[in-house]
Amino acid sequence: MTDKRLDSSTPDEPSGFVRALDERGDATVGTVGQGLAPATTRRANPVSRLIGHPAFGWIVIALAVALPFINSSAYAIRISTDALIFIMLAVGLNVVVGYCGLLDLGYAAFFAIGAYTSGVLSTTFGWPIVLTVPFVIVAAVIGGLIIGGPTLRLRSDYLAIVTLGFGEIIRITANNLDFTGGPNGVYGIPDFGDFGDYRADIATYWIVVVVVGLAVLASSRLGRGRLGRAWRFVREDEDAAEAMGIHTYKVKFAAYVTGAIFGGLGGVLFAVHQTAISPPSFNFLFSALILMAVVLGGMGSTPGVVVGAVIISLLPELLRGAENWRYLIFGILLIVVMIFRPQGIWPHRTDEKPARGGRRRSRTDATEVSQ
Amino acid sequence: MDVHYLLQLVLNGLFVGAFYGLVALGYSMVYGIIKLLNFAHGDIYMLGAFAGYTMLTIGAGALGGGSIVALVVILVIAMVLTGTVGLVLERVAYRPLRSAPRLSVLITAVGASFALEYGVAVGYGPNPRVYPVGFGNGAVDIFGARLTYAQLFMMLVALGLMIGLDMFIRRTRSGRAMRAISQDPKACLLMGINVDNVISRTFFIGSALAGAAGVMAGAYYGKVDFLMGFIIGLKAFTAAVIGGIGNLRGAVLGAIVLGLLESFGTALLGSEWRDVFAFGFLILFLTVRPTGLLGERVTERV
Repeated sequence: MTDKRLDSSTPDEPSGFVRALDERGDATVGTVGQGLAPATTRRANPVSRLIGHPAFGWIVIALAVALPFINSSAYAIRISTDALIFIMLAVGLNVVVGYCGLLDLGYAAFFAIGAYTSGVLSTTFGWPIVLTVPFVIVAAVIGGLIIGGPTLRLRSDYLAIVTLGFGEIIRITANNLDFTGGPNGVYGIPDFGDFGDYRADIATYWIVVVVVGLAVLASSRLGRGRLGRAWRFVREDEDAAEAMGIHTYKVKFAAYVTGAIFGGLGGVLFAVHQTAISPPSFNFLFSALILMAVVLGGMGSTPGVVVGAVIISLLPELLRGAENWRYLIFGILLIVVMIFRPQGIWPHRTDEKPARGGRRRSRTDATEVSQ
Repeated sequence: MDVHYLLQLVLNGLFVGAFYGLVALGYSMVYGIIKLLNFAHGDIYMLGAFAGYTMLTIGAGALGGGSIVALVVILVIAMVLTGTVGLVLERVAYRPLRSAPRLSVLITAVGASFALEYGVAVGYGPNPRVYPVGFGNGAVDIFGARLTYAQLFMMLVALGLMIGLDMFIRRTRSGRAMRAISQDPKACLLMGINVDNVISRTFFIGSALAGAAGVMAGAYYGKVDFLMGFIIGLKAFTAAVIGGIGNLRGAVLGAIVLGLLESFGTALLGSEWRDVFAFGFLILFLTVRPTGLLGERVTERV
C-alpha cells in the first residue's frame, strides 16, 4: 500500500523540506551571527583586498617594531607607546563589549588595578616589574569576580551601570587610601630592567610592542575559537544560547574576566611607561574613550578595534587645545555611529569559509534532487 | 551619639534623599516604559542647574534678586526647558534605535551623556560657576536638630512634585497610557494608544523633574559645573534599583533609603568614602535583592 503512495508522487518534484531549504536557506543562514555587523562578502575594492590579506597584520607589526629606526625622537616614542597601550585596552574591552555584548563602562578600573598593584609592589617592596605581573592578574580577576559575580546574572543593563559605579569606587579608593599615595599617586615606578646600550624608552617601547602584539593576536584567536562562538551566540540571543546548552553565566563571566586581565596587564605597561600614576588618570572619561575606540572601529572586529584605538589615541595629538570640543564631537559621533553605521569603520566579517562551503554543497544537493 | 545628632543625620538624609528622588523618578519612568537606562538623565539635571544659572545671571535685576517667587518662576521655566531637551534627545538619539539591539541604545545613551556634558563645557567653560543666589541662614529647630528654611522649602517643592506625578500617573488618561505601555507596548499600539507620543511625554516629565532638582541643587550648593550630573545620575540609579526599578513609589522610597544610608555612612566613615559607600551598597543590593524593595520581575529577559 505504502509503495503505491510513494510511486504516485512525481519523482522530479523536490520534497517540501528541500524546497523550503532552497527558498529559505539563504535567509536563515544569512541572519544568524549577523547582529551588529552585517556580513560584507564582496571584496572587489583593492584597498580592502590589501588590508584583508593575511600578511597585512605582520607588515603592521614589522612597521611597529621598526619605528625607533625611522623616528627615534622621544616624542614619537612616547605617543606610539601610549597608542599601543590604548590598543591593548581597546582589544581587551572588545572581548567584553564586542564579542560578548556586555557593556562595561568602568573598564579603566581594571587598568587602575593593574597600574596600582604593579606600582605599589615595585615601589614599596622594590620588586622587579615582571614579578608583579602574576599579582596583577590575580587582582584583576578578583575585581572581575566582585563586579561580575552578582551582576552577570541580571540583565546586561545592570552591568553597564554597576561597572560605571565600580570605576568610580576604584578611583575614589585609590584617592583616599594612604598606601596608594592618595591624590599624589605612586611615583618612581622602575623600568622593566636594564637594557645596556639601548635607550630606556625605546626598550620599553619594544617590550610594549611585543606584549600588545601578543594581546591582539590572543584576543583575535579567542574570538574565533569555541569560546568566541559561544560569546557571539550569547551576544546575539542569550535565551537561544542557553537553550542550545551554553552556560551563559559562565561564558559571560569568562568574557568579563578575560577583559579584566587585559585591562590589568595594560595597566602594568602604563605604570612602567608613565613611571608615575595618580587617580585622575583613571576617570570615567578614560573608560568612555576606550569604549569609543571599540565602537568606532567596529565591535567584535579585531583589526577595526586596533584602527579605532589608534585614531582615538592619536587624534588629541593633532587637535591640541580643543579638548572640550573634541569630547563633544566624540559624544555626537557615538550617537551617529550607532544610528547610521553600528558595525563601525572596519566591520567584523562573518563569512567563515567552512560554513559557506557546507551551505553551497547542501544547495547543490538540493538541485540534484530536483532534477 | 545623642538623640539630636541622630535626628540631624535623619534630616540630612531626608533632604539629600529628596534630590535623589526627583532624579530617580525620571530614571525609573523611562526604564519602566522603554527599558532604557538613560545615562544622559544625570546630565539633564546638570542642564537644569545651568538653565537656572543663565536665567539668574541675565535676569537677576528684573526678577528682583533671589526672592522665593523669582526662584519658583525660574524653576518652572527651567523645568520646561529641560523637559524639551529630554524630548528632543529621545526623538533624535533613542527613537531611531528603538528596534535596535539593546547594546546600541546603551552606547547611544553614553554618547548623549557625553555630548551634553561637553556641550555645556564648550558653552560655559570647564570651570565651576557660582550661582548668583544664596539663601539666608534662617533655620527651624526641630527637637534640637537644625533644618534651614531653604532645605525645608526644597523638600516641600520636591514632595509637591512627587505627589503631583503620582496623581498624574494614577488618575489621568495619560498616566494610564504610560502604565499600560510599561506592561505591553505592542498591545497598546493595537489598542489605539499613540505610543510614540506617550514615550515623548514620559521623557518630558522625567527630564523636567530632573531639571527642577538641578535648579534647586544649584541654588542650595551655590556652585554648578558641567560634570555635576555624573555622580547624581549614578546615585539616582542606585536609588531606583533599591526601590525596584520601574516602580515610581519605589524610586522615592529607594532615594530616601539611600539618602539616610549615606547620611549615616558619612557619619561613620567620613565624607570621602560617601560615594564608595553608596556604590558598594548598590552592588550589595544587586547581589542580595536585585528586584529592589518594591519591585518584581527584574531578572526576566525581554
